[in-house]
Amino acid sequence: MEDIKLMKGNEVLAHAAVRCGVDGYFGYPITPQSEVLETLSELRPWKTTGMVVLQAESEVASINMVYGGASVGKRVMTSTSSPGLSLMCEGLSYLAGAELPCVVIDVSRGGPGLGTIQASQADYFQVVKGGGHGDYRMPVLAPNSVQEMNDFVDLAFELAFKYLNPVVILADGVIGQMMEKVRLSPQKPRRTEAQIREECPWAALGKGSGPMQRKERNIVTSCYIDPETMERHNHKLQEKYDRMERDEVRVEEMETADAEYILVAYGASSRICAKVVEDARAEGLRVGLIRPITLFPFPAATIRRAAEHAKGFLSVELSMGQMIEDVRMAIGNAAMPVRHFGRTGGIIHSPREVYDALKQLMTETGGLQ
Amino acid sequence: MMTEETAILETTGTETEKVYDRPRLLLDTTMHYCPGCSHGTVHKLVAEAIDELGAEDRAIGITPVGCAAFLYNYIDIDWIQASHGRAPAVATAAKRLCPDKLVFTYQGDGDLAAIGTAEAIHAANRGDNIAIIFINNAIYGMTGGQMAPTTLLGMKTATTPMGRDAALNGYPFKVADMLTLLDGVTYVTRQSVNTPANVRRAKKAIKKAFENSIQNRGFSFVEIVATCNSGWKLSPVAANRWMEENMHATYPLGDLKDLSAQAAATEK
Ligand SMILES: Cc1ncc(C[n+]2csc(CCOP(=O)(O)OP(=O)(O)O)c2C)c(N)n1
Ligand code: SF4
Ligand SMILES: [Mg+2]
Repeated sequence: MEDIKLMKGNEVLAHAAVRCGVDGYFGYPITPQSEVLETLSELRPWKTTGMVVLQAESEVASINMVYGGASVGKRVMTSTSSPGLSLMCEGLSYLAGAELPCVVIDVSRGGPGLGTIQASQADYFQVVKGGGHGDYRMPVLAPNSVQEMNDFVDLAFELAFKYLNPVVILADGVIGQMMEKVRLSPQKPRRTEAQIREECPWAALGKGSGPMQRKERNIVTSCYIDPETMERHNHKLQEKYDRMERDEVRVEEMETADAEYILVAYGASSRICAKVVEDARAEGLRVGLIRPITLFPFPAATIRRAAEHAKGFLSVELSMGQMIEDVRMAIGNAAMPVRHFGRTGGIIHSPREVYDALKQLMTETGGLQ
Repeated sequence: MMTEETAILETTGTETEKVYDRPRLLLDTTMHYCPGCSHGTVHKLVAEAIDELGAEDRAIGITPVGCAAFLYNYIDIDWIQASHGRAPAVATAAKRLCPDKLVFTYQGDGDLAAIGTAEAIHAANRGDNIAIIFINNAIYGMTGGQMAPTTLLGMKTATTPMGRDAALNGYPFKVADMLTLLDGVTYVTRQSVNTPANVRRAKKAIKKAFENSIQNRGFSFVEIVATCNSGWKLSPVAANRWMEENMHATYPLGDLKDLSAQAAATEK
């Protein structure tokens, strides 16, 4: 079923949710992603697929509604922007601790504080490093097109249920607000209660009756009061995170095979950097781009490989420099020049600005005569 | 089920007739509560109510953070352990996604009336078809007896060593009274488990609230004015007496709002 439309990234998130058979969306309005809840309210999926859509009283409530929905084995999601994500962090920690699958979308904006409503990528630390308390990780997908806003919703649910873990889609105001051509996913049916009981034998759906009856009660909890049990649980979680690092790295490379200088960028910045690579190549400069698609797990091996023949790296982010720490760690060689470039406050760097920063790095490190 | 106020065993001639037993859904384990604590009694009523409604197959309970956090160890149904104060939001989603289930929360006064006030009020105002069992013991039991929003004026706690002073800490929070004002609310009652008669009334209230949830008759709220003898630093007997003399004056028992019958009458 071909269903090609011209749409905003945020609207596409709503369509994708309905189409991939999501059972519930819970959210609180915040720019620049309010269109998700607005579009869902217009689509009225409760009349078609039976999906529940609810405007919560806060992001604290939204994430705990997601916790409730995930606990009964449903496919549930929320979306927010930066200050809202801050409020969700305790909930994310509980979701990870209780091993509950769900999808959380952060269409990030400029901070700190109330900051600005314009696009930003300054939530990298908060989202990628956890945000909430305790030892936990979450797969983070970073779309850079409206098409990926569509595709990653289904992918995020697949990962969430595969690992029984919250999965974050970290977008930014640019990807959320821009319009592009998109091929929407075909409509999937929502699962029946019998299917959920089969797929999620841990779900606290009630013990059930008849053929669906379960003898033992289910308890969804992140509480392990005995230290030995708690530690065992943490080891079990860690094994999961190790498996994610082994099996789930997603990365896109552009002209890296012979590149002397590597741009590293995700989301909106990677679109800008792709243009910079084109311009640089047209001028005969050996410049490439590594675009992490998963921010956790981070494509460290790809970066390390590129570092074998590179003379320098430029981490380009709409922040004061957050992902650059992971780039440095991946390279592992303190002698390798690694710089940051990025505008903040909702200002989007132009390809020209990035190119100038790149040229300056090249000049100072002997890559440009 | 308890049929007499006092008799536990009745002897009829030479045979002994069993008239009281541990409720079927109450698991045979040692509870972690202090002797004399109201939580254990209320747990028993919750277990009995679910069993009598035949709702074991569809019951989903949400536990709080507080002394009742481990409630899931005691009653043989499915449970979700929520973060501090957020149980109503968890319940809202569970119920909306599973409208045929019995969904209820069990929360203390710190959990529901301090950190989780917003979630409780909004679930009530939306008329979510959930039941809340609210244990008002006027103190934070679990964390060692600090002031709760429901602490009485003049009452000494770890954080009001000179007694609660209205000028500093405001007034005892009458959550139940406040909830009656909301249109989404079907049933609000305040009960206690200090006497066998009150235990029976409390059980009836819990059963009604659960039935409202199962039948999707709107939001129900059962407050239980309870003792925390450890937090109050009183013996179980003295704590009961103190509750009757002081707590019941500020938090009088009885139904505050009951539209259950009207809600049932409009069912299609
Ligand atoms: C976010 C957060 N803040 C604080 C706590 C610590 N804490 C645990 S239980 C509790 C109060 C519980 O009191 P109440 O709800 O009245 O329950 P009781 O123990 O009296 O039954 C607090 C403050 C916590 N676990 N989480
Ligand atoms: S501290 Fe209070 S509420 Fe907690 S178990 Fe003891 S008596 Fe009960
Ligand atoms: Mg209390």
